[in-house]
Amino acid sequence: MALLDIEGLSVRFQTSSGLFAAVEDVDIRVDRGEVWSIVGESGSGKSVSMLATMGLLPWTAQVTADKMAFDGQDLQHLSARERRRIVGGEMSMIFQEPMTSLNPCFTVGTQIDEMIKQHKGGNRKERRERALDLLAQVGIPDPARRIKAYPHQLSGGMSQRVMIAMAISCDPRLLIADEPTTALDVTIQAQILELLLTLQEETGMALILITHDMGVVAETAKNVIVQYAGRQVEKQEVKSLFANPRHPYTEALLSALPERAMGQDRLPTIPGVVPGQHDRPTGCLFNPRCQYVTEHCRQVEPVAAPGDPARTLCHYPLGNPGDAATPDDVSPRDASPGDAPPVSRDPHATQPEVRP
Amino acid sequence: MSHDAVLSARHLTRHYQIKGGTFSKPATVKALNEASFELYPGQTLAVVGESGCGKSTLARVLTMIEPPTSGELTIGGHHVSLKEGQRPPAELRREVQIIFQNPYGSLNPRKTVATMLEEPLRLNRREMSAAERRDKALEMIAKVGLRPEHADRYPHMFSGGQRQRIAIARALMLNPRILVLDEPVSALDLSIQAQVLNLLADLQDEFGLAYVFISHDLSVVRRIADDVIVMYFGQPVETGPAEAVFTTPRHPYTQALFSATPVADPNRQRERVKLKGEPPSPLSPPPGCPFAPRCHLATEECVKIDPPLETVAEGVKVACIHVDEAMARYAGVGAR
Repeated sequence: MALLDIEGLSVRFQTSSGLFAAVEDVDIRVDRGEVWSIVGESGSGKSVSMLATMGLLPWTAQVTADKMAFDGQDLQHLSARERRRIVGGEMSMIFQEPMTSLNPCFTVGTQIDEMIKQHKGGNRKERRERALDLLAQVGIPDPARRIKAYPHQLSGGMSQRVMIAMAISCDPRLLIADEPTTALDVTIQAQILELLLTLQEETGMALILITHDMGVVAETAKNVIVQYAGRQVEKQEVKSLFANPRHPYTEALLSALPERAMGQDRLPTIPGVVPGQHDRPTGCLFNPRCQYVTEHCRQVEPVAAPGDPARTLCHYPLGNPGDAATPDDVSPRDASPGDAPPVSRDPHATQPEVRP
Repeated sequence: MSHDAVLSARHLTRHYQIKGGTFSKPATVKALNEASFELYPGQTLAVVGESGCGKSTLARVLTMIEPPTSGELTIGGHHVSLKEGQRPPAELRREVQIIFQNPYGSLNPRKTVATMLEEPLRLNRREMSAAERRDKALEMIAKVGLRPEHADRYPHMFSGGQRQRIAIARALMLNPRILVLDEPVSALDLSIQAQVLNLLADLQDEFGLAYVFISHDLSVVRRIADDVIVMYFGQPVETGPAEAVFTTPRHPYTQALFSATPVADPNRQRERVKLKGEPPSPLSPPPGCPFAPRCHLATEECVKIDPPLETVAEGVKVACIHVDEAMARYAGVGAR
């Protein structure tokens, strides 16, 4: 049984101009001790899908899913009290802006203590000992002094360490990190990512890393989900994703990386922008920006081909399905075969070489 | 060499005085120390470093928003000598334009694109008629890849990438020779970032612009820069041609910065030059070399002297007394 098992997750928001689907039909299956990454541009729904999992979205969000289970417990039909016991304790999350995620009115010690008190209990002395241990564990020098510090007295990197200390204070089995290093400098980013991976190895927790940085994906995660405009377009092992992207969007994204386009006069670009609420195209959501687009793409919404381990959301996936490597437990949820395109076209005919 | 440089800086320094409060003493923050470089037409000088290293202070001094505390700034052959609170002459201000990081904050939400683009002309080119200004604005809108119907729209109707295009168009209205780009693509998504970088390259080719490109994203810098200045704590620690600096980083900080940058290649195994700790507080600078507290090569000597930039190879200057050892260690790690 997977630790986190989500199938067909959709999140819709009621807006003044109609229902907006921020996330559609997302599947995530994470096992104990696995490191996953969700990558996508802004508006791809990567944060919203995880916030929905945590139950942190406002009541205006309409969250539906075929299945949404954490360690066998159905997250959709929990009472608020039961949910609070899991969220923060067994499943916790850290956010992008460490400075704004901490409460400016309380010392970091108080804030860590609150977590431990809620989920683990224990007397004041034990909790303080635990908080000091945690601060030391996340690499904060002189914990006895820092435990009395207010968030404004800490740098960005230190605040993020405090956030991590809070998140791991109750020995979670799943840690979701939402762009944990985006607001930090590269040398501090390297420290924080290393800390997260070390903690993951030591405790055996599962880690989901939400990011927009392909470099961070390559250096940290084992498996990756690519999202585009609220859809999950592809799911692969990191190594095989970089070597054999299956979705044209992934391929275009990888070739737009400056380091992959060395020696070329201009960077390969993806024309246009991510569709917003009002300009969602018909058919495949990526079709206006795709270099392999056909009339079929403009009219028919693609579904993942049955038997495709990467579950590529494309009528004409690139490469061979055999090239894609995914963890064994990813069960291909079979799509109706009737939607398969009649034409078979070899997209490799025009595909530029993107391997470094 | 300096005769054809469009901008040259000699020992540019900018200090800020912090007033003392009831419980604190007045202090001096050395935001920028002894930056020297030359900028040539059609070339890109990249300034890299982490937050607080003085990148943006350098941008403010170069664009004459603030005068330097000491040092010389020469723009287009004119020596800029400014006193505190004095405005630079208009003909110099026209030469240097700036583009900011956040395209959401740098455009006036109450003005249409055309109004914003025409404003510099209204102020600086009094002889132009309204029709001429409009034509010039439309021409520039087309140049940066927007459509004519965008001219009468407001900033909120555009995406981040389009707004950055508007900011670029506005900066180019007075035909400047120098463009200071302060993290121009770091707020943009990857697919949009490539579009804007290509646009900047096209415009540079067309107008022969000189760019000062401030960024912390090394993969972007490596792609577009001709020369690089690596800054730490307000001081240049390594300068030189981009290719030389990127293939053989020589200063321990440059090495650490490069090896900390994630690379989008999952097959690459490498050892990091690890950095411990965080940059020091500008209010209590460490003695000697500012990088010494975080440096793995630091010795007692490093705490005593603040090393000046010294030429160590063709065009490459490094401020480190242990540069030979740093290079030997780095070659041993085989990071690149």
